[in-house]
Amino acid sequence: MINIEIDGKQLQVENGRSVIEAAHQAGIYIPHFCYHKKLSIAANCRMCLVQVEKAPKPLPACATPVAEGMKVYTASEQAVKAQKGVMEFLLINHPLDCPICDQGGECELQDLAVGYGGSASRYQEDKRVVLHKDIGPLVSAEEMSRCINCTRCVRFGVEVAGEMELGQAFRGEHAEIMSFVDGAVNSELSGNMIDLCPVGALTSKPFRYKARTWELSRRRAVSPHDSLGSNLAALVMNNRVMRVDPVENEELNECWISDRDRFSYEGLNSEERLTKPMLKQGGKWQEVDWQVALEYVANGLRQIGKEAGAAQIGALVSPGSTLEEMHLVQKLVRGLGSHNVDFRLRQSDFSADGKMQGAPWLGMKVAEVSSADRMLLVGSFLRKDHPLFASRIRQAVKRGAQVNLLHSADDDLLMKLANKAIVPPSELVPMLAQILQAVATSKGTHLHSSVQSLVQGVVVSATAKTIAENLAGGERAIILLGNFAQQHPQAAQLQLLSQHIAALSNARFGFIGEGANSVGGYIANAVPAEGGMNAAAMLASPRKAYLLMNVEPELDAHNGQLALEAMKSAEMVVAMSSYKHKAMDYADVMLPIAPFTETSGSFINAEGRLQGFRGAVKPLGETRPAWKVLRVLGNLLNISGFDYDTSEAVRDEVLGGRDVSASMNNTLQGLVVQPAPVSTGMQRVADVPLYATDSIVRRSAPLQATRDAQTPAVQMRSDDLAKLGIKAGDTVKVTMGQNTVQLTASVNEGLPAGVVRVAAGRAETAGLGAMFGAISVERV
Amino acid sequence: MNSLTNYIKSFTLWELLKGMALTGRYMFRRSITVHFPEEKTPQSYRFRGLHAQRRYPNGEERCIGCKLCEAVCPALAIKIETEERDDGTRRTTRYDIDLVKCIFCGFCEEACPVDAIVETRIYEYHGESRHELYYTKEMLLAVGDKYEAQIAKDRAADAKFR
Repeated sequence: MINIEIDGKQLQVENGRSVIEAAHQAGIYIPHFCYHKKLSIAANCRMCLVQVEKAPKPLPACATPVAEGMKVYTASEQAVKAQKGVMEFLLINHPLDCPICDQGGECELQDLAVGYGGSASRYQEDKRVVLHKDIGPLVSAEEMSRCINCTRCVRFGVEVAGEMELGQAFRGEHAEIMSFVDGAVNSELSGNMIDLCPVGALTSKPFRYKARTWELSRRRAVSPHDSLGSNLAALVMNNRVMRVDPVENEELNECWISDRDRFSYEGLNSEERLTKPMLKQGGKWQEVDWQVALEYVANGLRQIGKEAGAAQIGALVSPGSTLEEMHLVQKLVRGLGSHNVDFRLRQSDFSADGKMQGAPWLGMKVAEVSSADRMLLVGSFLRKDHPLFASRIRQAVKRGAQVNLLHSADDDLLMKLANKAIVPPSELVPMLAQILQAVATSKGTHLHSSVQSLVQGVVVSATAKTIAENLAGGERAIILLGNFAQQHPQAAQLQLLSQHIAALSNARFGFIGEGANSVGGYIANAVPAEGGMNAAAMLASPRKAYLLMNVEPELDAHNGQLALEAMKSAEMVVAMSSYKHKAMDYADVMLPIAPFTETSGSFINAEGRLQGFRGAVKPLGETRPAWKVLRVLGNLLNISGFDYDTSEAVRDEVLGGRDVSASMNNTLQGLVVQPAPVSTGMQRVADVPLYATDSIVRRSAPLQATRDAQTPAVQMRSDDLAKLGIKAGDTVKVTMGQNTVQLTASVNEGLPAGVVRVAAGRAETAGLGAMFGAISVERV
Repeated sequence: MNSLTNYIKSFTLWELLKGMALTGRYMFRRSITVHFPEEKTPQSYRFRGLHAQRRYPNGEERCIGCKLCEAVCPALAIKIETEERDDGTRRTTRYDIDLVKCIFCGFCEEACPVDAIVETRIYEYHGESRHELYYTKEMLLAVGDKYEAQIAKDRAADAKFR
């Protein structure tokens, strides 16, 4: 600790801190532009100049480390004169177009100009003009003359997003921020540059000219798109979400949010919103009253239950539904006498059901991911599935953590990987078994009998050995299973192997869940039990009635084609949805339910944190919060216990005062290992593209205009393509079983041999079938 | 003594005579009342009357939809909605002033960075119901178009003090 004095205040500061950090710690504000607590120090704006005793001239507070006995004056005559001088220079080239600037009202330059700027400029010459740039559909760089060259955006790209997509070119007065040759900023975190920009140079493109900042009111929300549970602020005007900003939460999203969280709101008021209950009568859709629609649903469900048995009723819930919605759906279905309810729509291996000791979760706090020194990522398109987890791990790598990747595609994670094993999906389990064997050999221990059959006869490869050694070399090792591992046909075996590797190498392991409420689904018991059918079984042997909660089966299910066929063959499909989607083809009733900004509820994120939120705006049209719809439906069906006044009452019933963390456990016991079917020929690898994950992002126009939302292509290695006589750009016929779709071929050298990568979750590929399995490609 | 003077004054109608004397004095002075509407009092170029929206000489409306007037209005009499026009500029789709609410403080005029919203010298306007005094963008622009010459002259006269 070092003793310093700032403005007469005696402080004790950690060694190595800068003066600006010390001042902020003591509650003394020093004006600044280029300094940001999460970014490196550039000291190029010079706004934070302060007077330091015995220093001959003012020093930048952000780049001056504290020293013993230092005396700092932030508001002395010399300091203020320096700050005012800097401000005059900054304003020389600033266009002062605040009235038409979207940043006006929340602009750091505007705020500080009030304190340090002169009333008139002494500068008479021509102002600098910087040409506008088009850097993609999300970030607007239309007014680059406003830029004060603080380089926060550049440093963010390099340090947090992991890729330098913006840079500063030229020198002196000609210096300007620009992107590289291809022109666009494609980072999945690019929206944060809008927040970082202290002026109006980088602003939100979808929000451009939509509102002035003082008209907006901030309402708290929680991201429904991934399992991190990012804290959001929905900025609302006239009962409409105009913009979404991050709310700082050091333990989850720090001060960032992904573009998916930031721009998904554009889908909330899409043309496709369902605003009135609809009923299909005589093959035609008609808008009806809630009363009519709900009575129709109740009668239909009752009749099917009576005639065909309650087991013919099945419910599919999206993993992005709230805890309350999940609880009420399962309570309703169970009240009808059925146990067919599931939220794990993209999972294909359910052999762990009943063998789990609790809800699968991250296995640690999100913040603890940052402090890990060795990591093994199993089956994860990390950057696209969980942008902020990726950013957290990227920071850990910068601090010296070593990451090992076991996956079926070598997508650039924009971080240094210590080792990687890129194998076809069918080889994931054997490869992980090799790692386990290598760990066991080096520890000289015998493996537990439950995994014996998996490691039997495996030959430990050099890669597996290095990964095992790397993992053992750390003090805080973690193993994380991503979406791909959870959707894998041998997901339970991957889990079992990870569990044993973790136990032997003194690591922790867990799942980066897919949906916002992947843990909550288990807590709410929205999973089959007592002989109920899981999501895959419900679609494989079609039910007579389906209750869909926020689900687009053909896009959200593991096997889209199978899901579509099951829906079409059903007698009654009740689609509770915010949108008019493909369910219009096969559903009988469409009930408009509120998306996350229009309902109260709660999510339990990957680390088991319960986060409640209230509706930011009123439900659109006749839309109603789903928990209210289910409450009325429960009452109409005469199921007891559906008298709730608030969503909090539902939540209290689910949790009943229990501790969520006590219900989470990743341990698998008594799993009977089924040998995997021998696969021959080509195998499919399916990712769910960043902007195809749920129904809201699928309808956000700006997100759908990004590179990540391009029409999916068939990706293969160039030698595999050559073997089939296909060139990149050719139209090819892709076949899985009976299903065929036509797509364009492209080269992806990061894939293992014999693997065909076709994205799931997109209408273009939904007809193909399961996300894993044998696939063939032919030239048309 | 005091009560005695009061007693005499009340008998001689002294107060009345004093009042009549004042009236009599004004009877022979030059009259300063004006015969409205035939005659009008002189006006300052800073007079704050009916609002107007101005245009540039090329016909383009000045207002850029910055909403500073809406923010500054103490009576909450202004309502603005904006959108991006095809040429990429922000323009108002709605600019309403409720003259019933307006207190004619002139803050809107003061706040406007482009001199789009101004208060004119017009005070002889009326409405037979409240909604007639709810001026929309078209009405405000029409006022501006009609009196632009006068408005411009007044702004020019005031320019050196601003």
